[in-house]
Amino acid sequence: MLIRRPPDIRYSEVTPKALYLRRREFIQTAAAATIGAAALAAWGGTAAHAQGSGRKLPNVRKSPFSTTEKLNSFDDVTGYNNFYEFGTEKDDPARNAHRLATSKWTVRVDGLVKTPKTYDLDEFIKPHALEERIYRLRCVEAWSMVVPWIGVPLADVIKRLEPQPGAKFVEFTTLLDMRQMPGQRVPVIEWPYVEGLRMDEAMHPLAILAVGLYGEVLPNQNGAPIRLVVPWKYGFKSIKSIVRIRFTDAQPRTAWAVSNPREYGFYSNVNPTVDHPRWSQATERRLGEFRRRKTEMFNGYGGQVAQLYAGMDLRRNY
Amino acid sequence: MRLFAFARRAIFGAALLPAASLIYWASTGDLTANPIDFITDTTGTTALVLLMLTLTVTPLRRVTGQNQLIKLRRMLGLLAFFYACLHLSTWVVLDWFFDFESMIADVIDRPFITLGMTTFLLLLSLAVTSTAGMIRRLGRRWQQVHRLVYLAAMTAVIHFWWVVKADFREPRLWALALSVLFGFRLWWAYQLRRT
Ligand code: HEM
Repeated sequence: MLIRRPPDIRYSEVTPKALYLRRREFIQTAAAATIGAAALAAWGGTAAHAQGSGRKLPNVRKSPFSTTEKLNSFDDVTGYNNFYEFGTEKDDPARNAHRLATSKWTVRVDGLVKTPKTYDLDEFIKPHALEERIYRLRCVEAWSMVVPWIGVPLADVIKRLEPQPGAKFVEFTTLLDMRQMPGQRVPVIEWPYVEGLRMDEAMHPLAILAVGLYGEVLPNQNGAPIRLVVPWKYGFKSIKSIVRIRFTDAQPRTAWAVSNPREYGFYSNVNPTVDHPRWSQATERRLGEFRRRKTEMFNGYGGQVAQLYAGMDLRRNY
Repeated sequence: MRLFAFARRAIFGAALLPAASLIYWASTGDLTANPIDFITDTTGTTALVLLMLTLTVTPLRRVTGQNQLIKLRRMLGLLAFFYACLHLSTWVVLDWFFDFESMIADVIDRPFITLGMTTFLLLLSLAVTSTAGMIRRLGRRWQQVHRLVYLAAMTAVIHFWWVVKADFREPRLWALALSVLFGFRLWWAYQLRRT
């Protein structure tokens, strides 16, 4: 065989055929792996590790309304959010909400109220003592978590603002500014986000305006600097980054009910017996748990709030 | 063809990456705060991508005249089926933990689950008839059976559409992609009839 070897190549330089084939295979596999790695990079990073505000809130009172259930982690609470103003993926808010400037925030109060006025946030919150409220949060998408909010009772704020006797509803509006809230460039729902409560719901002691969580100033992705928390309703009722509170005699046109009236109603109380048209509301997954758990009527706050809805057909008023 | 063999392997390797990434992220605890949802979405999306790529093979072959591309079709189709199996297993094991009563209720009551199941059964029938033996045994009927892939692609896109709450950009894109793929075929059928 050596005879057929070309004369200008030394034997030691000839790669045996088997090895040559294996090498080809190796190069192919390596190249495939490289392409694969590029694809992996394109596939995108994983869960963004969310950042908090890092600013502690002093003098926070405990509240008997708090649950003793196990809290969800700070990472869960601040890294897994529905806040379409910053994008529709759950990790978009944690990634994009740094664009929101909360330092010179004002809240406009108008409609059927004694004195319409634009308040600086400090001035708006200062008259009230901060309380920690550990609440269950049940999303309409059938997941839930337990969040240690810090805020003030909405009822106290409303009493101070002195609505007129004709005021039947409170309407809340989120900031509209697509430079700060890039998700608003896409008309997935009608902007700005609007929510509302009946006056007696708003006056219920469980309803709060939150300005913090986990002992610190509210992180932007959780609705900074001021948001509503109504724990017996699906999460989307608890509107974030509020710039306007209006008292009115007509039921507010709330964002999701406008976007899809068949699937979302004004009341949106957590109710395991009334399914969302496309999925069941009978069970939920508490983040961090493996098995689903049964969803409770009014998210477990029925003892306190059921009387608000006495005599109402909750199938029709979903 | 060396280049082709290489491309085939690269595509196969790339197609396994989403599954490998899930395993890797599971080991590092990076499957987001809601791992079951993340796995469901990743496997579902990958199944859909691979199904669409399967339907891209024939137009690509006609446009480029590279007939060997046809060898990619079965591989891509089976990979799509593989991810559909992972997607379904996620639902059965992780989401419902074998709660068959609830799962059956979901298949009946939730149109998006009904369509998901329809898509899965269609892909299953395509997968079991994809072997050389089956191709031989079915003869001309094989091609008729495998036209079901068009139906599967449609039900998969509608399944995705019905999952979404408000942001329809992604399912809309898939519907558009599917229309283009169907458009090619209709155009050729029309050309064929004219000649
Ligand atoms: C076997 C029956 C199936 C069931 C029970 C099922 C169930 C589901 C569920 C529960 C979701 C997640 C919904 C959510 O995020 O809330 C989902 C999403 C999805 N499924 Fe399926 N599915 C099935 C079959 C399929 C098949 C065969 C495909 C594709 C070929 C597919 C593609 C998708 C896609 C693309 C999504 C959306 C992913 C996203 O949101 O990014 N599914 N499916």
